[in-house]
Amino acid sequence: MWYLANYLEKNYAVSINGQESAWLIYLIVAIASALVMLGFASLFAGLASFVERRIAGRIMARVGPNRVGPQGLFQFVADGLKLIMKEDLIPNGADRFLFKIAPYFVFAGMLGTFVVLPFGANIVAANMDVGIFYIISITALVVVGIILGGWASNSKWSMFGGLRSAAQIVSYEIPLALSILVVVLLSGSLSTQGIISAQGGLPWDWFIFHSPFAFIAFFIYFVSALAEGNRTPFDLPEAESELVAGYCTEYSGFRFVVFFFAEWANLWIMSAIAVICFLGGWRVPFISVEESTSSWGIILLGLAIFMVKTLALVVVVIQLRWTLPRLRLDQMMNLCWKYLVPGSFVCILGTMTWMVLIDWNSMIGLVLRVVVFAGAFMLLAYYIYRIRFNYMIDRDNYKKMTGKDMWYPPYRLP
Amino acid sequence: MAFTVMFYCAALFTLYGAAMVAFSKNIIYSAFSLLISFIGVVVIYALLDADFLAIAQLVLYVGGILVLILFAIMLTNKISNASSSNPSRSQFLSFVTVLVIFVGLFFTIIKAPWQVSAGTQELGPITDSIGDALLTKYLLPFEIVSVLLLVGLIGAVVIARKENIEKAGNTNLSATSEQGRSL
Repeated sequence: MWYLANYLEKNYAVSINGQESAWLIYLIVAIASALVMLGFASLFAGLASFVERRIAGRIMARVGPNRVGPQGLFQFVADGLKLIMKEDLIPNGADRFLFKIAPYFVFAGMLGTFVVLPFGANIVAANMDVGIFYIISITALVVVGIILGGWASNSKWSMFGGLRSAAQIVSYEIPLALSILVVVLLSGSLSTQGIISAQGGLPWDWFIFHSPFAFIAFFIYFVSALAEGNRTPFDLPEAESELVAGYCTEYSGFRFVVFFFAEWANLWIMSAIAVICFLGGWRVPFISVEESTSSWGIILLGLAIFMVKTLALVVVVIQLRWTLPRLRLDQMMNLCWKYLVPGSFVCILGTMTWMVLIDWNSMIGLVLRVVVFAGAFMLLAYYIYRIRFNYMIDRDNYKKMTGKDMWYPPYRLP
Repeated sequence: MAFTVMFYCAALFTLYGAAMVAFSKNIIYSAFSLLISFIGVVVIYALLDADFLAIAQLVLYVGGILVLILFAIMLTNKISNASSSNPSRSQFLSFVTVLVIFVGLFFTIIKAPWQVSAGTQELGPITDSIGDALLTKYLLPFEIVSVLLLVGLIGAVVIARKENIEKAGNTNLSATSEQGRSL
C-alpha cells in the first residue's frame, strides 16, 4: 500500500503523504486496484477454462463446448452460475471451520501475486523492491490452504491429494526459486519492473538468450512452475483416475469454484512470471526504458507485447496438459531432486562465470546472445515443422480412411 | 493515527494467534493459530518498512516451518484427541519455566536501549544494505551460520538413511520408492 502511494507520488505528482487523511486515499487506491486485479483474474480464469476445454476437444478429436454464446464463449458464465447455485455441502465428519476457511487461503495466495505482476511500463499495482521474492513467498498460503482443505475434508482421497500437493509444491519451490535467482543475478534487482528494465526489446536482449545456462534455467523454471500449478504431467494431487479429484473431492458449489478459479488464474501467473523474468516483459524494440512511459501509444504497445507473449505461453501450457501422460510420484521426486535442483545450481554458477568473463554490453556478448538466439530459433522452427509434418500425415490418413476432408482446417473452430 | 491503529490490530492478531497455539485443545488448531500469529508478525514488519524481513518471515515460517509442522501432524494418528495430542504434564514445573522466561524477557525489554527512530534519512532498498552488511561487516558469522546449516542438512540425511542401519538384507528399498507407496 505504501509502495503504491509512493509510486503515485513519483509518477503523477500527487502530494498525499503530508495530508491528514492520507491513509484514506491509500485505502481507496488499494481497494480500487485490488478490484481491478480481481476482475482481470476472474475474466482470465473464465476465458482460460473455455479455451482449455476447446483445445482439449480438438486434441481429443471431439467438439468441446460450443452451445452457449458465439462458439461457446459464455460457457464459463453458465458453469459459474450453475456452481454458485449448487448447495454448499459440508461432509458429516469434516472439520467445519477449517473446511470452510481453506479455499480462502488458496484464493488469497493466488490473488496476492497479482500485486506485483506488471502489465505495462507503469501498469502495476505496487512496484515493490522485493517483488519477485514476494511472489515466491506468497505461494506458501496456497500450500497451507491445500493441506488444511485436504485434512479437514476427512476423506482419504482429499488427504492423499493434499499431502501429495504439499510435497510437490514444497519440493519444486526450490528449483523454481533457484532458476529465478539466475535472473536476479543478471538484472541486479528483485523488483519485477527492475528485472524488465534490465532487459531489451529485441529477442537477443532477453535474459533467456544471455547464455546457454540462462536458456536451461528458463526450462527449469517452466517445468517447476508446471509442477507448482499442479498441471499435467504433474497433476498427481488431483489425479482423476486415482484420487477422484484430490484435495477438492469433498468441495462443492462456490468453494469448488474457488479452487478451480485459482488453478486457471495460476496459468496467467506462471506465464507472466516467465515473460517478466526471461522473455523481456513489456519492453518494446528500439525504445529505451526512459522513453517507454513517454506516451500512451508506447505504453499500450508494451501492454500488447506483454499480453501476446504471455498468452502464447498459456497456450503451450494448455497443450502440454492434453498431450503428456502423468508422471509417477517417485519419478516426479527424482526429476526434482536429482535433475532440476543440481541443474539449477549449475545454471547459477555458469551464469556467474559467464557474467564475469563476458560483459553484457560488449560486442562479443551481443554476438554470443545472437548465436544462442539463433540456436533457439532453429529449435523452435524444427518443432513447428515436426508438428506440421505429423498433422499432414494425420490428415492424409483421415482422407484415405473416410474419403472426406478432415473435419475442419486447423485455423477454424467447428 | 492510521499507523497506530494498524499496529495495534496486527499486535492483537499476533497475540491472539499465539494464545490460541497454547490454549487450543486440538493440535491442528494450534498449528492453524500459529499461522495467524506468523501473519501478524509479517504485518508488523511491513509496517516498520522492513519489506525484505516481512517476506523472509513469510517464506521461511509459513512456507517452510508451518508446512513441515502440518505435515508431521497429519502423518500422526488420533490428532483430534486432546488427551493424546496436547497432554499437560507437571503444571508446577511449566508454571516456573514460564515465569522465569516472562521475567527475563520483561526486564530485557525494559532495560534494553531501544533505538527509537532511525532518523530522517531516506530509506533505500533494504536488500542492498542487508547484502552489503552480510558480505562485509558480518562475513564471518554469515559463513559460520551457513556451515552450521550445511552440517544440519548432512546430519539429517545421515540419520534418515536406511542403509546404515540395516546393512544386511534387501537394501533396494530406497527412500523414494517407499515414499511413493506411503503417499
